Amino acid sequence: MDQISKLLAITLGAILANNFIFSQFLGICPFLGVSKKVDTAVGMGIAVTFVMGLASAITWAVNNYILVPLDLIYMQTVAFILVIASLVQFIEMFLQKSMPSLYTALGVYLPLITTNCAVLGVALLNIQEGYNFIESVVYGITGGIGFLVAIVLFASIRERLVFAEYPKSFEGFPVALVTAGLMALAFMGFSGLKIW
Amino acid sequence: MNIGKQFKEGLLTQNPVLVQMLGLCSTMAITTSIMNGLGMGVSVLIILTASNVVISAIRKIVPDKIRIAMFIVVIAGFVTCVDLLLQAFVPAIAESLGVFIPLIVVNCIILGRAEAFSYKNGIGASFFDGIFQGLGYTAVLFVMCFIRELLGAGTLAGFRIIPEQFPIGILTLPVGGFLVLGCLIAAMQWALSKTKEGK
Repeated sequence: MDQISKLLAITLGAILANNFIFSQFLGICPFLGVSKKVDTAVGMGIAVTFVMGLASAITWAVNNYILVPLDLIYMQTVAFILVIASLVQFIEMFLQKSMPSLYTALGVYLPLITTNCAVLGVALLNIQEGYNFIESVVYGITGGIGFLVAIVLFASIRERLVFAEYPKSFEGFPVALVTAGLMALAFMGFSGLKIW
Repeated sequence: MNIGKQFKEGLLTQNPVLVQMLGLCSTMAITTSIMNGLGMGVSVLIILTASNVVISAIRKIVPDKIRIAMFIVVIAGFVTCVDLLLQAFVPAIAESLGVFIPLIVVNCIILGRAEAFSYKNGIGASFFDGIFQGLGYTAVLFVMCFIRELLGAGTLAGFRIIPEQFPIGILTLPVGGFLVLGCLIAAMQWALSKTKEGK
């Protein structure tokens, strides 16, 4: 039972209370860059969720079966970024061969995920929090879902924002950032959910 | 190379954060106190300069196709060095910056400058580019920290300036990061459009 309630706590935390975008500031670049349309935002969100889940699993294994026994923990950053870069490359080739439709839908977003700090961030946080294998994977996937929720909500607001009136200097990024700030304020309301 | 022009570009007209919109994650996440901001700024400055020089030095022997992977390995190497140095000599700052030091690896400023500048230019020019872009980043962090720490917590580098009951606590929360950065970028766009009109 303990395990299940802990997993539930991780899930709720990653999606709502400690959302990767709004409270941990991980993955802001794609969040601002790829949120002009809802369709592309959904594609990006799904791709990130997928990579975050896989990356959590693999980096956890690399850390506990290779780096820790060999006493190479100081190489963590280098090892993780290499794992993530090759993982993304591999997923890209795999999708191109077996699921061309999904591949064209995700398009340019796949390679961009390598430099998404949410992916490396979740790998490092898993180690920092001392999660076991299942908890790491759950944290990775739910963190990705949190990203998906955030970017889809944000993209829908931005689509309407085009028709709004605001000072000329705020055009582009500033108005997006202020919007994101107000959304972060709304998400702060979930922080009371920490009951476990 | 024209050092004066590079200086102006790094700090103002091509500022990495306010104009190129690179490295926004760390800019918003760690700017809650001046010490954090300076620690992060100086770390990025050192890593950016070092990786710019190395990448510029090896640019002729690296095949075009695997250049991004090479950049990332070089950057990750320097980040690891800085991370270990911080943990050894200033553990307090390393503690409060936490996961954001290793995350400098995926900070778009460094990869962006490697791709856009040092892969195409000589070692000297890349060195100055690293310093000035790093200074531009540090300057933005400093301004953000100054605003957020002074108005949000009422202190500056730990010393109390505004009595405890007055500060606007929300500025030190994530919300404050988004709002302050949004307003700074807006101010920058306004200033740049003014100077264009003036010409």
